[in-house]
Amino acid sequence: MNAKVVMKRPKSLSQTDFTYCPGCHHGIVHRIIAEIIDELGIREKTVIVAPVGCSVFAYTFFEIDGTVASHGRAPAVATGMKRSRPDRIIFTYQGDGDLAAIGTTEIVHAANRGENITVIFINNAVYGMTGGQMAPTTLIGQRTTTTIHGRDPKAAGYPIRICEMLSQLEGPTYIERVAVDTPQHVIKTKKAIKKAFENQINGLGFSLVEVLSTCPTNWGIPPVESIKWLQENMMKFYPLGIYKDRTEERVREGIV
Amino acid sequence: MAEKVLVKGNEALGEAAIRGGCRYYFGYPITPQSELTEYMSRRLPEVGGVFLQAESEVSVVNMLYGASCVGVRVMTSTSSPGFSLMQEGVSYMAGAELPAVFINVVRGGPGLGDIQPAQGDYLQATKGGGHGDYRLIVLGPSTIQEAIELVMLAFDLADKYRTPVEVLADGMIGQMMEPVEFPEMRSLNTLPEKPWSLTGAKGRKPNKITSFDLDPYKLEEMNLRYEATRKRIIANEQRWEERNVKGADILVAAYGTVGRIMKTVMELAKEEGINVGLFRPITLWPFPYERLEELSKKVNTVLTVEMSGGQMLEDVKLAVKDNAATPFYGRMGGVVPTPEEILEQIEKIIKGSESA
Repeated sequence: MNAKVVMKRPKSLSQTDFTYCPGCHHGIVHRIIAEIIDELGIREKTVIVAPVGCSVFAYTFFEIDGTVASHGRAPAVATGMKRSRPDRIIFTYQGDGDLAAIGTTEIVHAANRGENITVIFINNAVYGMTGGQMAPTTLIGQRTTTTIHGRDPKAAGYPIRICEMLSQLEGPTYIERVAVDTPQHVIKTKKAIKKAFENQINGLGFSLVEVLSTCPTNWGIPPVESIKWLQENMMKFYPLGIYKDRTEERVREGIV
Repeated sequence: MAEKVLVKGNEALGEAAIRGGCRYYFGYPITPQSELTEYMSRRLPEVGGVFLQAESEVSVVNMLYGASCVGVRVMTSTSSPGFSLMQEGVSYMAGAELPAVFINVVRGGPGLGDIQPAQGDYLQATKGGGHGDYRLIVLGPSTIQEAIELVMLAFDLADKYRTPVEVLADGMIGQMMEPVEFPEMRSLNTLPEKPWSLTGAKGRKPNKITSFDLDPYKLEEMNLRYEATRKRIIANEQRWEERNVKGADILVAAYGTVGRIMKTVMELAKEEGINVGLFRPITLWPFPYERLEELSKKVNTVLTVEMSGGQMLEDVKLAVKDNAATPFYGRMGGVVPTPEEILEQIEKIIKGSESA
């Protein structure tokens, strides 16, 4: 019998083992990004800015140049890089604590300036790395280690919808929310992230893709059931879809 | 050297950075240094550079982190509260061994303070400032001409040792005008190569830049490397000015604007028959301990004068030990001492030691 290679590790993924828990969606998104970097042929000029959080080691998981920003500041770091070397491809990879709590200033202003960078935003509605505390994206009633009776909006406010919020700005070119809960959605996510990179290559400005993700460990739900919980709860509050797409407009404007 | 031109300190600092090969500036307006930000916004595009006004000082320092990661000469300027906001990022840059230049045009504090010249940020500047074990190279100019030279030196030291460097000016240096000579524009081709920078893993293994390792033994190794760099800096980079130290009745230690005022004090004292020596540290870190220790053996008193409650005084005491008395005179809150009031302090000390 002749063995035939039908799938292999993307070149842009390093040999370093992932540190993620079983059932976590970071790994799927990492692979998607690595495949896209390979397909676009940009491995040798792409730089990742990793966040603080579960994906703090993301800079080691890709076979590309990379750094770790301080908590929430990845869009500012990426801005400094892109403004200094506009011909490099710069992307940030950030969780919801990083991007939607401590880093709100940086993401809002990078988006508003229309920085020509790509932002991959992983929303799993909880602080993972620190052990399951409430995130800005934690749903009403969701139990975390700092909202043990469930998030009460009177005490802890409401979950923040980042795509909806940023799409109010004039600056961003492309904002979409996706998920990787089913094979179809994985394909759709890949398409969205690819577009977010292509926009940068074409000098079209700021692109952000939010990926709804599971966190079985901190949700306290087994991986398969976590997907169901994500579909039944997160997707209701965070509907999938394109929130802004000015790609064609930017092409016409000739913005670089 | 070109002919002399009359310039404002803040603008001179900006022009010096450009002549030193800096083409990237990220900043946030704050008095008393806003002219520097404005100067860079109009001057950098003329030389093919990039100016960006950020949303906060927190973002500024992280933009510097990013720009330094990709290997360019980058700087910002700010004033006391702004530099406090940047401290987290400065600590990350120290840990990631990223060169950059920070110009801090110090104003009165603490808190919102005021917008007058002060030296209350000496300890923040020279003892680390943010979290973790690190030091910045800190340069303290006392004239605009010297500030120009030190800003250019700051970029070279930053690259040489892969460390952030702070130019500790004050509102006086920033706001006054003086005739100066600018050195020639540094050709960008002569800037040092940075093979460690994040320019894309083309034909090489990927470069990674962090201040991070969860393994304490590996993080200790990193810290030992930082320490080795600090030792090299201490050994090679101490700078100071000494004036009239031979046979002086009293030695005064002062830096920056006070160091400048001291030159007038020395002339006034001479008329009174008092021989005042001046020790003016130019590198506030590394502080020139050994030289001051040597000099202190030849006098009874080393008076420290600062526009603070006594910050450099701690380093002076470490240097002088028991060799001489170490009195202090300072003004705070943005009050600049007059030559006359400093002379009065000196006279009191001299009289006191005569009667004793």
